[in-house]
Parts: sequence; structure tokens; C-alpha cells
Amino acid sequence: MASRQYATFEVADQLFGLDVAKVQEVLSFDQYTPVPLAPESVGGLFNLRGQVIAAVDLRVQLGLPPRTKSAEPAMNVIVKTEEESVSLLVDRIGEVVTLQDDTFEPPPDTLQGRARHLITGAFKLDGRLLLALDTTKAVNTNPPGSSNNREE
Amino acid sequence: MSELGDIVQEFLVESHENLDQLDRDLVALEAQPGSRELLSSIFRTIHTIKGTSGFLAFNRLERVTHVGESLLSRLRDGAQEMTPATTDALLRMVDTVRGLLAEIEENGQELPGDDSEVVAAVNACITDGSGAPKAPAVLATPPAAPATPAAPIAPVVAAAPAAPAAPATPPAAPAVPIVEAVVEQPPPVEVIVVEPVIAVVEPPVPPPAPTPAPAATPPPAADVPKPAAPSAADAPKSAGPPPPAAKPPAPSGGPAPEAGDDAVSRRSVADQSIRVDVDLLDKLMNLVGELVLTRNQLVRAIGGVADPAMTRTGQRLNLITSELQESVMKTRMQAIDHLWSKLPRVVRDLSSTFGKQIKLAQEGKETELDRSLLEAVKDPLTHLVRNAVDHGIETPEDRVAAGKPAEGTLTLRAYHEGGHVIVEVRDDGAGIDPDKIARIAVEKGLVSRDQLAAMDRREILALVFRPGFSTAKAVTNVSGRGVGMDVVKTNIERIGGAVDVDSVVGHGTTWRLTIPLTLAIIQALTIECGRERYVIPQVAVHELVYLDGQSGRVVEHAMGAPVYRLRGKLLPLVYLDDTLGLARDGEHDTDVYVAVLQAEGKRFGLVVDRVLNTEEVVVKPLTSRFKDIGVYAGATLLGDGRVALILDVASLARRAHLAAGGERTDVDTTVRRGGGNADRLLIAGVGDRRVAIPLDMVTRLEEFPIDRIERTGSREVVQYRDQILPVLRLSHLLGAYETEPGSTVPVVVYTENGRSVALAVEKILDIVEEGLDDSRRDFGDDGLLGSAVIQQRVTELLDVRRAILAADPLFHTSMDPYEQHDPYHSGSEADLNTYQPAGA
Repeated sequence: MASRQYATFEVADQLFGLDVAKVQEVLSFDQYTPVPLAPESVGGLFNLRGQVIAAVDLRVQLGLPPRTKSAEPAMNVIVKTEEESVSLLVDRIGEVVTLQDDTFEPPPDTLQGRARHLITGAFKLDGRLLLALDTTKAVNTNPPGSSNNREE
Repeated sequence: MSELGDIVQEFLVESHENLDQLDRDLVALEAQPGSRELLSSIFRTIHTIKGTSGFLAFNRLERVTHVGESLLSRLRDGAQEMTPATTDALLRMVDTVRGLLAEIEENGQELPGDDSEVVAAVNACITDGSGAPKAPAVLATPPAAPATPAAPIAPVVAAAPAAPAAPATPPAAPAVPIVEAVVEQPPPVEVIVVEPVIAVVEPPVPPPAPTPAPAATPPPAADVPKPAAPSAADAPKSAGPPPPAAKPPAPSGGPAPEAGDDAVSRRSVADQSIRVDVDLLDKLMNLVGELVLTRNQLVRAIGGVADPAMTRTGQRLNLITSELQESVMKTRMQAIDHLWSKLPRVVRDLSSTFGKQIKLAQEGKETELDRSLLEAVKDPLTHLVRNAVDHGIETPEDRVAAGKPAEGTLTLRAYHEGGHVIVEVRDDGAGIDPDKIARIAVEKGLVSRDQLAAMDRREILALVFRPGFSTAKAVTNVSGRGVGMDVVKTNIERIGGAVDVDSVVGHGTTWRLTIPLTLAIIQALTIECGRERYVIPQVAVHELVYLDGQSGRVVEHAMGAPVYRLRGKLLPLVYLDDTLGLARDGEHDTDVYVAVLQAEGKRFGLVVDRVLNTEEVVVKPLTSRFKDIGVYAGATLLGDGRVALILDVASLARRAHLAAGGERTDVDTTVRRGGGNADRLLIAGVGDRRVAIPLDMVTRLEEFPIDRIERTGSREVVQYRDQILPVLRLSHLLGAYETEPGSTVPVVVYTENGRSVALAVEKILDIVEEGLDDSRRDFGDDGLLGSAVIQQRVTELLDVRRAILAADPLFHTSMDPYEQHDPYHSGSEADLNTYQPAGA
């Protein structure tokens, strides 16, 4: 049975997973340089060992209100894309889990809004669902067609 | 070789590289005989060598490559098939070429010699209708020998290796003969020994493996006996002509050492420079950037520790880092000659098109620039040169009529100045007439007459950089479409440089490009706005003004547009917090800083909360994610490790609608005139006294190390920008107490009509804007015009004219604008012409 490894994390108490091969590292950081005029989903820039990394607020990407400063310090899931390394701001980091393909289902039709575009499907775990994210779309704050961003 | 030295060197380096590539290609070709791509690549390489060697008059080289080329073109065009034999012939040809190159490298020229045997071998492949019969011919060489009388030597050698070394060596054999052909001597026996060696050392990598091993093995094996036989037969023959036979060994003896020799001598050329992937250099540059940053942090931390050992170590690190940074930057440097070398042709062609006689002079062509910058400068520079030929320099008749030599001179000059590279394009042509520029600018609606009235000569000349401006009477295919100069300016500014023009009617025009040394590390000003720090490239910053609300420096509004009077001129203001859409806490009109910036020919003041410092920062490019925003040129890491955004000054200006064609400098000239009697005064400390100097008369503020001040006769002077600048200590003039001298002396520089003087003060205290109506005027005191209360303190007003004359009695001989008027109450217009902002 085919299985894949996912790095898991929580945003707004929902469990998400990313293909572990796409994840460079996970770290906590709390000083971000805001980028005025940037899309709301850009949480800021920070210095990762000399690299300037853009942090993407996954809450905004999922159509939730942006992360507030008072919230517990965000965790960064650093994701490798073709162009750059990007950080996804999440609430909590979970484990790396191995998931069987037969527990996977496409996203339920009731899933609407911006989140729908980012989620490739759901893994049925014991007692909860893990939503698999499309890495490229998750970090894309500025889609070419920009339909993804405008939609509510 | 002397005068051609550089060219030959370059040719050698390039050719050696090409040959290595060629070896690989040829071998690869055998694996996939039909590959047109490989054939084309090989053809090009040989063609290049042939072309250059023809140009450099290396006739042997040319001849050998010529036949090679012929064979290759047939192969490439499919006129004949690739066979092991052709491969061998080609490899032989390559080895001959290599030998010739080595010889050239060693002697600086070709020695007389005979390559006909190689030529014949290659020709044999060509003339052959089919590939198959050829094989033996080439491999065995002997067949070739009979064909060409000149080849007797070759057989010997070829045979020799073949015989002893048996099947394994045959491929090597072809390689060897070539070498002998070049030189020659020792006994054949040695040859045999040597050859395999050579085979291993030199072309070995490619030929041995594929040629004999796979497909080739059987045929060569078959062939070998043949050659061996003939060789045996030939041996006596060759023994017959012993002199030649004797010679070949030398070569073979030659080659072996040559391999070593070669290595040594080639190190002098090919191995001394290596090609490095630009990406690798970029990475190095990044790492050095990191190091610079870490250094900054560490040095800062050490500053707070007060441990001498630590401090020393810190200083050492500081030094090493700086040196490393410099060296790495150097790896990316290329001489500007790379660009210039194409210009003589351009000038020649253009001048003949226009019937002009032009001599092109180049100064400082070894000046180096970062290669990416070099690329960016290429088009603007070419355009300036074309423009100078087209519009700058007159026709011979006009020149003679104007009393100038018929031949015009176009001078390219490059040099370093203050962390920048300056590239000048200077012609001794008719010059640009400001009046004409002004007229055209008005006609084209670029400026209004009122605006024009307020512009000085330089500003008027700078109008040529406006989009849509062209003074050409006729549009030529060279220049004159009115798209040129603004593009030049845009391109140069894009790389953080600047361009300006100066011209004297009848004497010529000078275009000056100021180019940063590198793009990766820039000098930058760090400012704060909305509690975040931003970085502005220093090159755009002209000056900084603090608005404290008490000294009368305030923001005014012209129909709602915020402006600030900077030395009597209105400076449009842009609020950074507004532009970036930042929330602001209340007022931002006082207790703020105005950074006077210039971009795309527009000057504007950027209002920020605080100015922090200037330092070198490493530019980190931003990804496309942020490109659309447009306001940021990149990001950088500050000393504390945080990320700061680098502002794109030109975009800021555009975003604030400054750059819209209309121009904002006109924002209401009446306000300006109304404000005419508020004078800008420079307050300097002299002894325990405060002296005010009208700023409009100041050209620059400088600070000289005290030991740079020298004496001539009774005067003190300082060397400044290739001039001897008379220095007058105001404390002497005013009879003030001289306090303990520091290690540097601040001076106020006046320049007029090319003459400058420096007034040394003790301290520059402030620049204030002050109406002086209630000042006391008691012309009694020496060197002073009177005194006034400025900033609640009695401040003396310097008699600048007297001071200047005391420093340089001849200063005003040519012109004395101050003779008739009191500088303190002049409208500021009259003096503005001489003012250049210190950062310009």
C-alpha cells in the first residue's frame, strides 16, 4: 500500500499536512519586518541565517482573519519552492506522520472559500481529519490570475 | 609579440580551452556519429581558431585548421560519414594545433615548420569518397606518406609505436607524428617509449578510451598489423633519411617534456586564469555579505566589552573582512576596456557616415567595474558616444571656421572617485547652448518660462534628459529621436548611478556617468518610519534637513501639496508613512527629518521619523512576490540581524506622482519670491565665537586632516581635487582665540569661475534660516559685517568678501559679483548658481 510522509501542523485548531519532502525545517521566530503595501497574507520578512525569508500568514491564505500580535508566537514551517524558501506561519507544529493513500479523500464539497484552493484532500485519521495542502498554492500570495486571492 | 601580446595571450587562453572542449566533442562524436550539434560545435571552434590565427598571421596554424575546417564542414553537411579514421585525423589535427599553440606561447611566434603530413592526413579523409578505405590510410599514416612526399618522418614514428605498443597504442600513434612534424630529433627508439607516454599525458583522455576500446578496437587491431608491416618496411627507408629521423625524436623527446613544459608555460597563460561560474561568484559574494554583517554585529558587541585582546581581534577581523570583501568583489570585476574596445569601430563608421574627422582617445581603460554593471552601462555609453559623434563634434569645415583643428577629439575617460567609477564622454565640439535648450524646452512644453527663469545653467542643461527632448534638427538613424538621453539616464539610475552633463559653448560637452562599484554591497542611509527601519541607497541622498518646528523650518502647502523651502527653492515633500500606507501617530510635520533625494531628475524631500546612520549594506534581492509593489529595491540585514527593506527612490517618486511629466519645481514661484529675505546661514564656531556665513555662497563643506594643510610662503594651502586650495583660518582673520586643534579641520569651500578658497573654522554648528532685519550693523569690526541674534545667541556676520580676498587676493579678478551688493540682503537667486549640494 502506497504511503506518504506528511509534516503536520495546526492552524486555528485544524490539522494540516505538507509533503515532508517540501519542508526544509521548522522553527519559532517572533520578529518579522512588515512589508507595507504587500498583500495581507504576507506576514513579514525575517532573517534565516542570512537569507531573507518571506513569511506567509496561512490564516489569511485560508480565508481566516490575520494573525494578531498578541497570539502565541507563530511557528514557521519553511517550505522550499522552486524560486525561494518561504515560511508558512502556523500555530503549532505536529509530528511527521506516515499516511496510507487509502485513507485519502478529495476535499469535501462543503469545503468552500479560499481554503478550497489550497487543500488537495483529507486524510481520515483516528478521531480527526488531516487536510493536505498544496505547497505551491499555500505559499502563493500573488497568484498570476489572482482569482485565488480575490475570492472570499 | 610585444604590441600584439595581449591579443595573443587571450587567443592562447581561449584556444586552449577550445581545444579541450574539442577533444571531448570529437570523442563524443564517435559515440554518436550523426550528431549535427557536436559537429557544428567542433566546426565553430576550429573556425574560430582559424579566423584568429589568420588575423594574427600564424600561417601554419591557419593552414592546419583550414583543412580541418574543410573536413568538418563536409561532415557537418553530411557529405561524408564519420569514421574512426576521420576521428583520428581530426584528433591529429587538434594535436598539431595544440603543439603549434604551445610553440607560439613559448616563442611568441610560429617557428618555421612543416605540417604537410597532418594536412595530407586530413585531406586524405576529405578526398576519399567513402570513409572505409580511408581508415587504413589515416591510421597507418604510411599510406599518407607515399601520398605526400613531405611526410616521410611521420611514418617512422607512427610505425614505431604501432609496432611495439601493438593494438593498444595505435590511436596514440597519430597523435605523435604531429608533434614531430613540429620539431624533431632523437632516436626512434625513444620515440616509441615517449609516444605512449604522450598518448597518456596529452590527448589521452579522449582518444584511448573510446577509440580503441569499443567499436574501434577490432578495426584498429586489424589495421595495426598493416601499419606495423609497412612501418617495418618503412623503417629502413626512414633510416635512410636519418636527419629527419633524428629530428623526430626531439619532438617526441620534446613532447614528453613538453607535457611538463607545457604545463609550466601554460600555467603562465591558461592556468593563471580560470573560468568560474558566475553563480559561484555570486554565492561567494553573498557569503562575504554575511560575513560583513556578522563583522558589524561582532564589532558592535566588542565595543561594549572593553577587553583589549578582544578589541584587537575585532579590529583584525574587521580588516580581514574588508580585504576579503574587496578581493571577492574584484573577482567580478572586468576592465571597462571590454566595452570600449568596440567603440573605435563605432566612431570610425559613424564619423565617415557624417563626414567628420574624429580621433578617439581613451584614458583609464583598465578601470574595472562589476561585470553586471558593465553590461548595464554598455548601451548608455554607446549612445553617448554616438550622440557625441552625431551632434557633438562639428564637421571639419565648421571646426576650421571656428578656429579649431579639423579633427575633433572624443575622449573616453574612466577613473575612480569616492567609491564610484566615473566614466566621462567628452568631446571638443560645439557644446550645448543653454539658451537653445531653454527655447526648445519651452517650445515642447517641457517647462514654462517662469520655471525657466528660476533655473540655473546646469538645470537647464539637464533638461536634455527629459523624456521627449531632442535638439537634433533632423532625425538621423543614429540619434535624434528624442528617446536617447532620457533612456541613458533611466538605465544609469536603474543601477544606482547618475548621469550629468556639462558643456561650454564652442568648447565641447562632457557627459559624466557615476556608477557604483558593485550592486551587491551599497552605501546606504538607514531611517526610521512608523517604528520600522528602511534603507535608502546613499547615492540618491543629497542632504538631510531636520524640521524641529522652532527654527522656522516648516512644511508649507501649495494648494494642499506639502513643500519645504530649501535654500529658497521649493522642495516637494513626500511622506514615507503616507506613501507606504502606514498608520501615523498624530502630526508628522515637525520633529521629523527630510531626506532630500534625487531620482530621475526630480528632487524631492522624503519625510521620515528619524535618521539613524549610514553604513554598507548587502543587497538581497526580493522575489517576485514583492516586485509588483514596486516601492522596494531589495532587502538587507541590519547590524542587529533584522531585515530592513531598501526603498526604491525612483518608484517612491513615481508613486507620489512626482515624476508625472509636468514637474513640480514650479509649485508656485510667488511663494518663493515672497520668502526671499529669509536667508540660509551657516553657523560656524571660531574660537568661542559664533560666525554666520551665507550658505548660498558656500560650494561645499569639507573636513581635511590637519596634516594635509601645507604651507607655501606665508599662506596655508591644501590639495583638493587636483587644485591647490588656499586656506584661511577665520580665527586668524577675526583674531579669535584658537582652541586646541583637533586632528581634522572643517572648512567651508567657495568656488567661483574655477577658483576656490577654503575658510577653516573650528566647528560647523548648524544651518539656520533667518531673517536678519533686526541685526545690528556696526561695520567697525575687522572682517565682520555686523552681528545678529540667531538661536538666542549673538552671532557675528562674516564679511565673506574680505575673508575670501584675505585667502586669495586674486579670487575676484575675473568677476566680482559681490562688489556691489550685500550678500546678506540679496535675494537668494543671484547666488544660487554657485551652490552645489554637498552630496552631489
